[in-house]
Amino acid sequence: MSAQEISSTDIEAVLATGSRPTLMTAVKRLLTAREFPVTAALVALVLFTYANNQLFLSRQGVKDLLLNATIVILLAVGQSIVIISRNVDLSIGSILGLTAFATGTLFVNNPDIPIWAVFVIVSLFGALLGALNGLLVTVARVPALVITLGTLYVFRGFNNLWAGPTQYFADDRPDAFGDLSVDTVFGLPIITLGALLVVVIVAGFMGRTRRGRDLYAIGSDPTAALLFGVPVGRRVFLAFAVNGLLAGLAGVLYASRFNSVGATTGNGIELDVVAAAVVGGVAIFGGSGTVVGAAIGAMLLTTITSSLTTLRVDKFWQQAIVGVLILAAIAADRIVKLRAERRLQTSEAHHG
Amino acid sequence: MEGKPPSTGNHGPALSLIGAVKTFGEVVALADGRVELRAGEILALIGENGAGKSTLVKILAGVHTPDSASFMVAGESVVFGSVADSKSAGISIIYQEPTLFPDLTVAENIYVGRQPKGAFGLIDRGRMRDDAAALFARLGVRIDPDRVAEGLSIADQQIIEIAKAISMHAQVLIMDEPTAALSGAEVDRLFEVVRGLRDEGAAIMFISHRFEEVFELCDRVTVMRDGRHVADHVTADVTIEELVLEMVGRDIDQLFPKQEAETGVVVLDVEGISAGSVFRDISFTVRAGEIVALAGLVGAGRTEVARAVFGIDRYEAGEIRVEGRALQSGSPQEAIDAGIAFVPEDRRKQGLVMEMSIQHNITLTLRDSLARFGLIRRPEESAAADDWAKRLQVKAGSMRHSVATLSGGNQQKVVLAKWLATNPKLLIVDEPTRGIDVGTKSEVHRLLSDLAVRGVAILMVSSELPEVLGMADRILVMREGRLTAEIDRVDATSENVMRAATTPVEVSVGA
Repeated sequence: MSAQEISSTDIEAVLATGSRPTLMTAVKRLLTAREFPVTAALVALVLFTYANNQLFLSRQGVKDLLLNATIVILLAVGQSIVIISRNVDLSIGSILGLTAFATGTLFVNNPDIPIWAVFVIVSLFGALLGALNGLLVTVARVPALVITLGTLYVFRGFNNLWAGPTQYFADDRPDAFGDLSVDTVFGLPIITLGALLVVVIVAGFMGRTRRGRDLYAIGSDPTAALLFGVPVGRRVFLAFAVNGLLAGLAGVLYASRFNSVGATTGNGIELDVVAAAVVGGVAIFGGSGTVVGAAIGAMLLTTITSSLTTLRVDKFWQQAIVGVLILAAIAADRIVKLRAERRLQTSEAHHG
Repeated sequence: MEGKPPSTGNHGPALSLIGAVKTFGEVVALADGRVELRAGEILALIGENGAGKSTLVKILAGVHTPDSASFMVAGESVVFGSVADSKSAGISIIYQEPTLFPDLTVAENIYVGRQPKGAFGLIDRGRMRDDAAALFARLGVRIDPDRVAEGLSIADQQIIEIAKAISMHAQVLIMDEPTAALSGAEVDRLFEVVRGLRDEGAAIMFISHRFEEVFELCDRVTVMRDGRHVADHVTADVTIEELVLEMVGRDIDQLFPKQEAETGVVVLDVEGISAGSVFRDISFTVRAGEIVALAGLVGAGRTEVARAVFGIDRYEAGEIRVEGRALQSGSPQEAIDAGIAFVPEDRRKQGLVMEMSIQHNITLTLRDSLARFGLIRRPEESAAADDWAKRLQVKAGSMRHSVATLSGGNQQKVVLAKWLATNPKLLIVDEPTRGIDVGTKSEVHRLLSDLAVRGVAILMVSSELPEVLGMADRILVMREGRLTAEIDRVDATSENVMRAATTPVEVSVGA
């Protein structure tokens, strides 16, 4: 019983079923891709704003848009790994706060420390905090929503205890470190390039490695995943640890990008991040969506803010529009599911 | 069936399980399980509901570990501690409803955890797709490997499971009622695939309740009853009658305290109700004081009919009347108002609020009559609960303990009490004694019989033949969504009920 013995008739049958994607199916796939709506929305938003104000896409304008999006993109990429496995991590705002403050502390206490070492140490610190979440979720078997709601407060509490009233400002860090958020290569800020590199690597991990695909399987049907012999606990732990690592990296970049870090850094950002992932087509109950979609979702949400400011729209509307986008994303998901179910029912009725 | 199965020659069996015992607490699920699968052969495993087939399959699948057994795969003694052990021993199981990942593509569902790797250790998606397409081509089916599994028909899902089994080089394929949800054409396609695998040397076990399928597909047949192996036959040398006799051949030695009750007016009148492919053209009546059993195999549509009567599920055609008054389809409230009570099969999920106290569970249906100005009067509530608990002999430490602390039998009594407190005209009970120990079983039976004597019409769904034969005044037999026989108490035997439940031909019974 080996799959290698394929006769010529088999190959003909394969050709007949048309398993090779043609141009038509490629176009169809593009239009039905989960990332398509969010990308279309982003393009429409940018074009509309540009039509009203040419400065929106000036060299500085583009740079600002990208800088604003960078940190949320990193966080959304990490969050979507966790959400795809049918979990959620609400503690990332606190992780961001702790790691950003750790960055400031490192520079102040060790003025000669190489910048790359700060990146490594602080990212690993974030990974440690994420791993703690992962351990609690997989060992205690309590929903991640509850666990990470708890660690959200615990981590923030430590941040308060550690920082107290202390704040670190731009003067407390080496100039080269701050320049990462100022200098550009081909018009792109360096930290944005770094974030894009992370998107590519994580997209490859999620789409093209067995571990990544296991996370989709777990999110799609955790019980079935166990039956298939997928090491569910280890994979979920990995998802949280990687998410923590990316949140730690985001913490370093935050310290580079913004003028001050302290006890309240990153407060409340977790909901923006979950929103970005959902708007970007990551299903909140796991199993589908991509990190590229989540990154575009993050780009869309941060761009809306800049765009509405450019268009001189009231701040209130910004939040309302984000809310409508989330509802639209969820509704679109639901409609696709319902249509699939209806198709199944009609096909079964047909057989009966 | 073309050609004779290849002779197994000197080779030993591909799999043999002898003397398998499995108990769950007091319940003996398997007393003496025995099955032998040979390469290049399809074996049918048949038996009534509760004969131990599922337990046996779960042992082979590595889900359950037997208390004792001699278990050999490919001539080597094995002990399975997990599903993975069974898989790596080359055993694949195709369930009635496969569990695929709805969000993943078809190709990925086949290769989860084993995706082919290409450059840099990344998954080679092109090769994965081509491999999957080649598997489907070999099976002679057309399924797009790139589509997601969500929305696939059950038949296609099973084919994907089979493709997976082939890709894992499974030597033993076990199919647990694979045809139950398939149409005729889909069954034909499945059989063709299965015969192809057999001819390539796979050992296949096929579980089915349909004799015509057993005779069409299988080379040998093993019969089980009451958790024991009963007989092995070469299919060509045995008749349906012999098999039916072996499946049911027992005396009804359990006592059923059935009392004679006066039958009165027609309480429930069901006329020609249909619901898609679930059930079709069902008509029957239940009179006051009468116990009518809905018999048949699991999946025949009995529960669905009961649910439709109670208004949980909708039906498309036909009418349901209670004492002459037509009920609206899909309205449990109207069914309750008309005097119907429904005790569902899964009492943990649907019949009780497990964390709530016994008292509150019993009075759940009485909230309106116990309340004054919208507030429940506590003394009256306690009194009503105590009264019903006493009448049904619920054995509980305190009425304030949560229902979860009770045994299965006492839980069932609480469910019954809850509904009897509403003083129903028609009581629908679905598998009233499933998972209940023998002693409490007869108490539940006595209760049902008492109710009938007091003029309640009872519709009982049951998979246990002795219960059906012992309790019912009339037996309605369903098969694949249709009523196939109506048999009076005096004419009913295990054989004619079983036959009507399993054979497609119309069974004529003097009724």
